[in-house]
Amino acid sequence: MSTTVWIILAGAAMTYLTRIGGHLVLSRFERVHPRIEAGLDAVPAAVLTTLVAPAAISAGPAELAALLVAGIVSLRSGLMPMFLAGAAVLIALRHFMG
Amino acid sequence: MSSEAISEGARASGFWRGFQMGVPIVVASAPFGLLFGALAAEQGFSVFEAVLMSATVYAGASQMVGIELFGQKLAPALIVFSIFAVNFRHVLYSAALGRRIRHWPLAQKAIGFFFLTDPQYAGAEAKGERGEDVSFAWYMGMALPVYVCWVAEAALGAQFGKLIPDTHAFGLDFLLPIYFLGLVMGFRKRPLWLPIVITSAIVSIIAYKTVGSPWHVSIGAVAGILLAAVMPIKKSDQSETSERSETL
Repeated sequence: MSTTVWIILAGAAMTYLTRIGGHLVLSRFERVHPRIEAGLDAVPAAVLTTLVAPAAISAGPAELAALLVAGIVSLRSGLMPMFLAGAAVLIALRHFMG
Repeated sequence: MSSEAISEGARASGFWRGFQMGVPIVVASAPFGLLFGALAAEQGFSVFEAVLMSATVYAGASQMVGIELFGQKLAPALIVFSIFAVNFRHVLYSAALGRRIRHWPLAQKAIGFFFLTDPQYAGAEAKGERGEDVSFAWYMGMALPVYVCWVAEAALGAQFGKLIPDTHAFGLDFLLPIYFLGLVMGFRKRPLWLPIVITSAIVSIIAYKTVGSPWHVSIGAVAGILLAAVMPIKKSDQSETSERSETL
């Protein structure tokens, strides 16, 4: 099997672990320490931010404008409209700026 | 009518009530299922690999993270760890759902937890909060249409992704950062969101410039998580069920 297939299957196993692990582990405790819970709560925003920030500082004006517009739209709407707005700005600016 | 026939009927109606909950999720997640397939093809995945990932990982955000890092040619263990990190939120869903499905047999629990996406959790939690029974039939009725379509969309997207001639003009290389920004914004009602995001952003940029990729992901994430853990604890608003319910 290729490396890619191994990565996918290992990723799938880890994902299943998170989906069944909370029930198997956390449910044994009466309550989770509030600091650990606060840390767990922060995991998705912290991880996902690291995938945006470096891309943003090494991006050109078209990409920055797309992120900015998408960010503003997301304050008022869901994921799909913000994503479409960002993609539209990106494609339009790349078209006109070459 | 025998009691067996009655419970069979109840199971069927439970399944269809769940199915009705699943349909809007199918519609909302379809563009991202297709996008995943297209971007996976662009990063060098075969159609089989894209389908395999949607069918076995079945968690949209982490699949996007996986193919993004795959394109950066990282060590396999780091890609797997990043998928784990993005999916870590499921631990909390899992603990919460476990309380609602105590009465399921072990095999049903083992199957049910595989399908525990964000909208699935939100739906089951809302049903449980209304005091209704979260049955296996209802749960799978909601999960199966979403799962089947998600896997099919990966195949379609990967097939079409190969046909796009100029991926730069279509912005394909920068769609993932926009998508990730959308996910970050989706968590903005959580306590300490802004300080966490600013900390993780600054630290990941510094790490990106100094230590280099891929370490900026773990270093930046740990900085934000530590900040959240050491800050004074405020009472959190339970916005969990309302957020991100449109993605997998």
